[in-house]
Amino acid sequence: MTGRTLYDKLWDSHLVKQNSDGSSLIYIDRHVIHEVTSPQAFEGLRLAGRMPWRLDTNIATPDHNISTDKAERDAGVSGMADEVSRIQVQTLDDNCDLYGIKEFKINEMGQGIVHVMGPELGATMPGMTVVCGDSHTATHGALACLAHGIGTSEVEHVLATQCLVAKKMKNMRVTVNGTVGVGVTPKDVVLAIIGKIGTAGGNEHAIEFAGSVFRDMSIEGRMTVCNMAIEAGARVGMVAVDQKTIDYCEGRQFVPKGEMFDQAVAYWNTLTSDADAQFDTEVELAAEDIAPQVTWGTSPEMVSAVTASVPTLDEQPNEEKRKGLERALEYMGLEGGQAIESIHVDRVFIGSCTNSRIEDMRAAAAVAKGRQVASSVKQVLIVPGSQMVKAQAEAEGLDKIFVDAGMDWREPGCSMCLAMNADKLGAGEHCASTSNRNFEGRQGNGGRTHLMSPAMAAAAAVAGHIVDVRTFVGGDQ
Amino acid sequence: MKAFTAHRGLVGPMDRANVDTDMIIPKQFLKSIKRSGFGPNLFDELRYQDEGQPGVDCSNRPLKAEFPLNFPRYKGASVLLARKNFGCGSSREHAPWALEDYGFNAVIAPSYADIFYNNCFKNGLLPVILTEEQVDILFKEMDAEEGYQLSIDLPSQTVTTDSGHVFTFELDEFRKDCLLNGLDEIGLTLQESDAIKEYEVKRAAQHPWVFGAIK
Repeated sequence: MTGRTLYDKLWDSHLVKQNSDGSSLIYIDRHVIHEVTSPQAFEGLRLAGRMPWRLDTNIATPDHNISTDKAERDAGVSGMADEVSRIQVQTLDDNCDLYGIKEFKINEMGQGIVHVMGPELGATMPGMTVVCGDSHTATHGALACLAHGIGTSEVEHVLATQCLVAKKMKNMRVTVNGTVGVGVTPKDVVLAIIGKIGTAGGNEHAIEFAGSVFRDMSIEGRMTVCNMAIEAGARVGMVAVDQKTIDYCEGRQFVPKGEMFDQAVAYWNTLTSDADAQFDTEVELAAEDIAPQVTWGTSPEMVSAVTASVPTLDEQPNEEKRKGLERALEYMGLEGGQAIESIHVDRVFIGSCTNSRIEDMRAAAAVAKGRQVASSVKQVLIVPGSQMVKAQAEAEGLDKIFVDAGMDWREPGCSMCLAMNADKLGAGEHCASTSNRNFEGRQGNGGRTHLMSPAMAAAAAVAGHIVDVRTFVGGDQ
Repeated sequence: MKAFTAHRGLVGPMDRANVDTDMIIPKQFLKSIKRSGFGPNLFDELRYQDEGQPGVDCSNRPLKAEFPLNFPRYKGASVLLARKNFGCGSSREHAPWALEDYGFNAVIAPSYADIFYNNCFKNGLLPVILTEEQVDILFKEMDAEEGYQLSIDLPSQTVTTDSGHVFTFELDEFRKDCLLNGLDEIGLTLQESDAIKEYEVKRAAQHPWVFGAIK
């Protein structure tokens, strides 16, 4: 028998039933719930007269819609200024209270962006299936989980049955060997991967990230990488278990202790692809070829090294690419051939489920320290991913560094990643953003997003334009 | 669930690759706690000159004349003709809800993002996959003929044009069956309750830490 991939192992261990029509019933270990994609699911449950199958699998928190402004947050749910948002967050509270689902409420310690919260509380553990009504659920795959986003009908399906009807995906392995250069972060690695395989390159695949670059990476860094698997089209991104995975999990709130922890670790250590496992698709990149990355267009695949220029229409291989580029440049207000570093920024956003963990805060603070935001920059939002990240950052004095530099230190939530709350771009504004999507209008109607790492975003805030963090000496340090 | 067996209707275009779900239904409309009423805000940023807000009547908002679905000839379109990787990005099921609420019964494209594709079937919206060449032919025929209609038949898995093309498409047997019969997928899974419980007993013995943790 040939070896199995990590994905094969996770799939096999959650298979409840294989049906003759090719579909399968897959068991779900952890279901993460937030306010935006759950209300219709709970309503569906009630209309059908059904109850949740299991309660101790669900964990909920509000994140997408809530204000990051301290005064508004201190006023709680009832003090939310946007009435439509308030009703949605209140509905989540009501549903969780009604069914007895564990929720970390708006200002409770533990609250945070769902994909920051799950791992940091130990609600996500290796070997689990984890789903959430959010496409960035792949983040949890950094802990060798089979984790993916689902729609609201499937949220209801999981609530009612603890299972999903699924079809096995294909296996893809993305290997990056070597050592990345100074100033090159996990965000740059994943953006380079998306640039190489394209935004649909991983469709119908589960991606395992393998090679020395990911082994050398922290768990937080692996989360950044797995988080963006969906921007390459793959619902699932994973990294195999190693000692870092186990060290990360140990001692967290929902992780077992003592003998049961040892028992878990023995199993977790089997969660790697076998040496002779076969992958349907293999992709390789060399770490040394990866420079800090910046998106210049309206899809995450429209990405280049910061040292490069915006592509020109003449370089495009076909009509479809040419039309796509033309539309993107028009929307972004850029000229083909223009140096990436010449792009000015109006606002900066450091946060999101991609880059709002403590390491991201530290990386941004290291650049911001002793420097000042450029006078041409209207706003720099620093939004920690969770209450725990916020508390840790404050204990380290990072909040003070940001405030001294002229940046806004905010309350945890999704914020300007998708601009469902008041944090948004104005039409035509350019934003250096550590989030995951540069789609048209994503951060506000007419807004222009440039995705990059936290260090690069902080450097752009100081310089007032996109700048290579490796050569950056701007400001008055 | 809404069933789909066959449909004949006016074809409308969305002629660009990688249409994302933010484009299909912008985030401000996700604040709703309902499943319905998203149709007037489908493609909101492409369709209207002003910025849409939830709860605002769209009937008097200024339209972008250059957006094809605003052309009088595509009014009442029920089949959306699109390009590759349609529905990429966010998992929001509000995207198929908005397409369905607008009046679309089917989408035809060379490929779809996985989550969007899956979400369509839960809402009686058929996402048809044809080859890029076949989609090109349909775009050309649609451009050339005002009032262009297509016939889609799910049992035979075919798209038929009045010009005589018959294109077959693939889809999973389970999805086809659910869509044809409008089956309640949750109800079907609950018929497997014994198998689920049996799995839980076995798994709890192997991996007890997966159970009982969240309180």
